[in-house]
Amino acid sequence: MAETYDAIVVGGGHNGLTCAAYLAKAGQKVLVLERRHVLGGAAVTEEIYPGFKYSVCSYVVSLLRPEVARELDLGRHGLQIHPQEFVYLPMENGDHLLTHGDPHKTRQEFRRFSKKDADRAGQFEDLMYRMAFAVKPILGYKPPNMAAPSLRDLSTLKEFGGHLSGLGKETFHQLTKIMTMSADDFVGQFFETPIIRAMHSLSGVIGTMLGPKSPGTAYVLLHHYMGDLDGAFSAWGAQKGGTGMVSEAIASAARENGVEIRVNAPVSQIIIENGTAVGVALENGDEFYAKTIATGCDPHVSFRKLVDEKELPGDFVRAIDNFKFRGSSGKVNIALDGLPAFTGMESPRFLSGAIDICPSTDYVEQAYDDAKYGGFSKRPAMEICIPSINDPSMAPPGKHMMSIFVQYCSYDMDQYGDRDQQREAFGNAVIDTVQEFCPNIKDLILHKQVLTPWDMEQMIGLTEGNIFQGELTLDQLFFSRPTAGYADYKTPIRNYWQCGSGTHPGGGIMAMPGRLAAKEILGGKLVI
Amino acid sequence: MTRPTPFHSRTSALNEGQRWEDWEGFLAATMYSLDPLVEYNAVRLGCGIFDVSPLHKYEVRGPDAQALLQRMVVRNLAPSRPGRGFYTVWCDDNGKVVDDGGVFHIAENHLRLTSTLPSLEWLIDNSSGFDVTIEDVSEELVGIAIQGPTSRDLLRKLTNVDLSALKFWHCTDADVCDRPTLISRSGYTGDLGFEIFVRPEDAEKIWDSAMALAPDYQMRPCGLVALDMTRIEAGLLQIDTEFISAKQTLFEVQTISPLELGVGWMCKLDGDYFVGRDALREEKANGTSRWKTVGVELDVTYIEKYFSEFAMPLHLPERSWNEAVPIYADEAQEHLIGRGTSGMWSPLLKKYIVIARIPPQYEKLGSRFFIEEVIEAKTFSIPATVVKMPFFDPPRKKA
Ligand SMILES: Cc1cc2nc3c(=O)[nH]c(=O)nc-3n(C[C@H](O)[C@H](O)[C@H](O)COP(=O)(O)OP(=O)(O)OC[C@H]3O[C@@H](n4cnc5c(N)ncnc54)[C@H](O)[C@@H]3O)c2cc1C
Repeated sequence: MAETYDAIVVGGGHNGLTCAAYLAKAGQKVLVLERRHVLGGAAVTEEIYPGFKYSVCSYVVSLLRPEVARELDLGRHGLQIHPQEFVYLPMENGDHLLTHGDPHKTRQEFRRFSKKDADRAGQFEDLMYRMAFAVKPILGYKPPNMAAPSLRDLSTLKEFGGHLSGLGKETFHQLTKIMTMSADDFVGQFFETPIIRAMHSLSGVIGTMLGPKSPGTAYVLLHHYMGDLDGAFSAWGAQKGGTGMVSEAIASAARENGVEIRVNAPVSQIIIENGTAVGVALENGDEFYAKTIATGCDPHVSFRKLVDEKELPGDFVRAIDNFKFRGSSGKVNIALDGLPAFTGMESPRFLSGAIDICPSTDYVEQAYDDAKYGGFSKRPAMEICIPSINDPSMAPPGKHMMSIFVQYCSYDMDQYGDRDQQREAFGNAVIDTVQEFCPNIKDLILHKQVLTPWDMEQMIGLTEGNIFQGELTLDQLFFSRPTAGYADYKTPIRNYWQCGSGTHPGGGIMAMPGRLAAKEILGGKLVI
Repeated sequence: MTRPTPFHSRTSALNEGQRWEDWEGFLAATMYSLDPLVEYNAVRLGCGIFDVSPLHKYEVRGPDAQALLQRMVVRNLAPSRPGRGFYTVWCDDNGKVVDDGGVFHIAENHLRLTSTLPSLEWLIDNSSGFDVTIEDVSEELVGIAIQGPTSRDLLRKLTNVDLSALKFWHCTDADVCDRPTLISRSGYTGDLGFEIFVRPEDAEKIWDSAMALAPDYQMRPCGLVALDMTRIEAGLLQIDTEFISAKQTLFEVQTISPLELGVGWMCKLDGDYFVGRDALREEKANGTSRWKTVGVELDVTYIEKYFSEFAMPLHLPERSWNEAVPIYADEAQEHLIGRGTSGMWSPLLKKYIVIARIPPQYEKLGSRFFIEEVIEAKTFSIPATVVKMPFFDPPRKKA
């Protein structure tokens, strides 16, 4: 007789673990099954090279919802985030832009480039803050079913409508613009300096196969400001021990509430009887049964791999097949023998936050052009972090771990040649570009891990290597994530639920899909 | 006038905003960076270096050195041996706290007392009949504290002694950068950490050598804001915040006994005589303690709710506060029962923690009452629950 549970969560990503923790808090007997040997999915830390911890995929925590941290007591379970103090942006002419945690210092720095930009920085920040405040409530709602809204849906919409109507005219006007414009056009309303524009618009394209001049990219900027709203509550920064320790903190909270977690347990199939999910089968043939099955995998894996097509309505299958993944980002992780010296850098301390390689919007757009039809950017845009500057647990004393998030690298590189050679060439392009801004980098490299979107798909099951389990474009958000009618964490199969970042409010280390899914599974009420 | 400490040439060069405050007449950095949270985080992640020179220091030597200090402080020093140290408070005859500090048993017949306030007179007054010499070495010794998870690894690089053998609240003579010092495994942050007493002429050399290792051990210079935040998490008391010295107030209502201050555990009431013992015995026997000092946690969801009344997002204090905040038994604020003495949003614990002084009947874990919070000039009552203090007590502190 196979073991039975109240709920089984497929996938030990941070959202699956969050969902499991909340279900267990409500008294359910929960099992989490993770395919890999480590927990965390895209929020994972691994010691790939002895003594060095790699935040293999995600590297910065910014969106983690305070309510989750509070309700699961994650502080006690090891959540510890060091805030990011600086963003260092080296330029092609040897100069650089440095933003500080202190707004006055940043303004002073902007003045070196443009007094107008310096004056508008405050205005821009205020507007973004107001807009983020306006749309933030969305993060906490189950998306309404627009095809057949329930009473609860209608009251949600009414509440949100009321909230929006409270915005001033100018803010509302800008809100409609940010929903439709390109990141560069939107930012261009405020700033004239190329590097300042690029710095802001870069965040609009992260994780999408779009350039900063592509319409619709402005909206993603807003996501970044949502984390800021939480003020002292949340911090934009690096988790101690890498982002995997966020997942581990959630896992620890889950275990404390009685959740059983198994790694090396790939699920091959959801067991469905008469349109109702009743259990899961592992690749090794083991079966587990439960009243509720929740999937933390992305929509393609959840519906096109784990479930037999016959169990799903045709239009749903088509909608899932049309859900855009299109991985666009690569990751290069490096163990360094010492601290790299970036040109113009006055103090190593300035490297402790983010180092953005995006000298101008045109540079980023060019990088996009290179990869648009497959392949990768010859000179990519990059966000580099050296977490070991602040966190001793990441590398041995005097050594450093460098994480390079690379935009762009496409999924279908193999059309240009052998995958291994392409990966090698991609890794070299990244290092060569870093070297332009950091001459001693090559002398310091002890070990290098290069991940293309294809590698991420192999490793964590992210379809086409999309970092967010599906692009975060407006057409794939809120009541359309992953598809209209099924944005409420339900699926066409009874007792089969979704809880990964392929659902609202989407990707990032946010833990909100997991929390909202648990709430729906529990009939609309969490036990806290 | 506020004076520089012997580290000033170094600390002032690092103090980005030139933010200083007065600590017993000395210039003490409020913060070095523009955002003190960075320093706070360094203490919990890597380590922080603090200039703690303004502490007062006294050498007590002679056959009765231990006996004199035993008479003066509330802690039982009987188990003391050379190499041990103790954190303690001391009282006046009425059993009211006068000051707190450290007792370091340096050698046979040689102990050192550190204190926040000047204590020479207090020592001399208590020493009649004891065979001791008392020397105020406040200016002959200065100090740094290195506090945080990497502090031991960093200090190992500078000293000849085996630091793994140095247990919590033990001390040892040690060469640091080939200069004579006393290293004590103690501090005011509740973390793994060390305090090092050095001669003023060695101050710069030792500071420089430690700072040279800073990048490898993620160490930062830290100011008083970071110190206050870490000590609150550690549930440690601060003079003029949790208590006012009985020496500095004429008003009974402002004094507090160790039993009321939450340090009753360190008072050996059934042992040898110490100043204030009899009053404390009486207080205990008759149950006349007016207060208890406890840790409480505020329910942040209420603060969020009250902010939303003004269509504002939740705002939490970005650093610690140290002023008396009213505590009520009831939400309507009709029954004032106590005060919060210091508090903070703990970025580490993700909790709003407060050290509170409340009547004994509210002492139990889980007791609930309300703390006043003013939002947009309107007064609200935030539910608060008594929790365990220290709020943060990592195993590495003693490991
Ligand atoms: C390279 C990269 C960089 C990123 N950078 C950031 C960043 O800096 N900041 C940020 O906030 N976000 C970042 N993200 C996004 C963020 O990491 C993800 O959105 C988030 O971690 C997704 O969490 P999840 O739990 O929803 O899903 P996932 O992490 O995808 O978890 C799904 C889990 O399911 C498991 N699984 C898959 N198939 C099976 C199966 N058949 N059986 C059992 N288990 C299975 C997987 O192994 C995985 O553990 C980044 C992502 C990537 C890839």
